[in-house]
Amino acid sequence: MATAGPSKPGPISALGIVAIHAVTLFGDFGLFCLQTFGWMFSRRPAPGTLLPSFYLVGVRSVPVVAITGMFIGMVMAVQMFNQFNKMGMATRLGSMINITIVRELGPVLAATMLAGRIGSAMAAELATMRVTEQVDALSCLGAHPLHYLVVPRVLACALLIPLLTVVADFMGVMGGAFICTRLYGVEAHFYWAHTEYYVSMWDVIMGMIKAFFFGCSIALISCHRGLNSQPGAEGVGRSATEAFVTSFVAILVLDFFLAIFLLALHDRIILQGAVRTFF
Amino acid sequence: MTTPPLISFQKLSMEFGQQRVLSDINLDIERGQTVVVVGESGCGKTVLLKLMIALLRPTAGSVTFDGKTLANLSDRELTRERLRFGFLFQGAALFDSLTVYDNVAFGLREQRNLSEAQVRDIVRQRLQEVGLPESSESKKPAVLSGGMKKRVGLARALALDPEVMLYDEPTTGLDPIMTDVINELILQVRQRHPVTSIVVTHEMKTVAKVADRVVMLHPLSRLNPGESQILFDGTPAALKQSSDSRVQQFVEGEARERLKEMAGGSVLF
Repeated sequence: MATAGPSKPGPISALGIVAIHAVTLFGDFGLFCLQTFGWMFSRRPAPGTLLPSFYLVGVRSVPVVAITGMFIGMVMAVQMFNQFNKMGMATRLGSMINITIVRELGPVLAATMLAGRIGSAMAAELATMRVTEQVDALSCLGAHPLHYLVVPRVLACALLIPLLTVVADFMGVMGGAFICTRLYGVEAHFYWAHTEYYVSMWDVIMGMIKAFFFGCSIALISCHRGLNSQPGAEGVGRSATEAFVTSFVAILVLDFFLAIFLLALHDRIILQGAVRTFF
Repeated sequence: MTTPPLISFQKLSMEFGQQRVLSDINLDIERGQTVVVVGESGCGKTVLLKLMIALLRPTAGSVTFDGKTLANLSDRELTRERLRFGFLFQGAALFDSLTVYDNVAFGLREQRNLSEAQVRDIVRQRLQEVGLPESSESKKPAVLSGGMKKRVGLARALALDPEVMLYDEPTTGLDPIMTDVINELILQVRQRHPVTSIVVTHEMKTVAKVADRVVMLHPLSRLNPGESQILFDGTPAALKQSSDSRVQQFVEGEARERLKEMAGGSVLF
C-alpha cells in the first residue's frame, strides 16, 4: 500500500509560517522587555551582580572604544582635508568632523563595537547557562533569571554606553584635530573657533541620548537571544551571532528614527523655548 | 479519611513544536514516598520532573502541588513554591562563576533573611553531609570531578531544607563506586530530612536501593494504540515480576526485538 509522506508546504503556507514566527518572536521580545523593566523597578538588583557587569561593560571596553573613536576622527580628517582645502575652507573642518563625530559616528560606532564585544559575549554566556541548566537552577533557588541575569546587564549597558560614547567622542575630536592642525597645518585657532560655533552642547547630549537607547537595545536583544538559545554548541554559537547581527540592525534603525525625533525636538522645543540660552 | 497526594498530574500532555513527548499522564505522588521514574532515553522522564516544578508549562492538563495548581500561580507565588523543592540536575548545573561555597550559599543568600554566619553554618553542614571537606569550598566547579559536582549540587539542593527532592539522573556518567555513594546519599537524605523524593534514572541499581515505588514510562512512538504511557507503576519487587516483555527487557537491559526494529528501520532514535 502506498503511503503519503508529510506534504511540503506551498509558498503561501511557508509565508504564513514565517509571518507567525516573526509575530511570535516580536511578541515574546516585547513581553521580555516589559518583564525586565518590571523587575528593574520593583526590586533592588541582586547583591554582587551590578559591579561585575559594570566592570565588564564599562572598564574593559574603554581601550577598544577609545581606539575606535580616535581612528575614526583621524580617518575623517584625512578624507575631508583635500576637498575642503581645495575650496579654501580647511578651517571649517573642525565643525564638520566634530559635529559628525558627536552626533553620529561616536554613538553609532561605540555601540557597534560594544554590540560585537559585549552583546555577543552576553548572548553566549546566557546561552551556555541555558543549555547547562544553570538558568533552571537559578529559578529553583528562588532567583528570577530576568532579575538576576538580565537587569544588571541592561543597567550596565544603558548607563555606561553613553559614557563610553563620550570617550569615543573625545578621542575622535582629538584624533581629527591632531591630523588637521599638526599634520596638515590647519590654523588651530580657527579650527577650534568653528568647532565652538557649530557644535553645541545639545549635539553632545543628542549623541548620549542615542547611546542610551543603543545600550538598552544591545543588552535586551543579546540577553533575549541568549536565554532562548537552542541546545548544543551550534545553538550557543548561533545565539551569539544573532545577538550581534540583530543589535547592529537595531542600532541603525534606532539611529534613523532617533535622529529625526531629536532634531525635531531640538527645532521645536529648544530653539523656541526657555532653554535656548544653554543649548 | 485519605490524605490528598502531595503532587498530582492530571491528564498531562507536553509537546515541543510538532513533537509530543508526554500524553495523558495521570500520576499521584504521596508525601514521604521515594518514587523512581525509569524508562528509555527520550521517553520524557526529565520533562516530567521539570513539569513538577513548573520549569516547563504543560501543553494540556495540569500539575497540582500541595493542592495548588502550578499553572495558576503568579511568578512570585511560583518562586515561593519552588523553594519547597530541591533539584539535583543531571549535570549538577553549578554556577561556573561561583565557588563551591557560594554555589551552596546561593539560595540562602537569595532569601535575604539570614546572617552570613548562619549561611556559613548551613553551608558547612550540608557540605559535610555529602562528604566534602572544607578545603573544597574555595574551588570553582570547573576543577571538580563529576562525582564532586553531583555532591555539591546535592548540598546546594538541600541547603534550603526542601520538602521534595528531585533527582535528575543522579548517577549518570559516574563510576560504580561513586554511583553507590550517590545512592547512599539519597538514602541518607531521606533518613535525615523528612522529604518526598522523585528520582529519574535508568540505573536498576538505584531502583533496587532507593525506591519505594517505581513508575516506568515508555516512548510515545512505540506505544500500542490506546495504551497508557505509564507501562508500570508499583513496587521494585513487582517490577522484576512484571509480565510485560518491554518492562522485562528494560529490567534485564537486553535489546532483543529493539535490534530487529532498528535493523528494519521502522523506528528511529
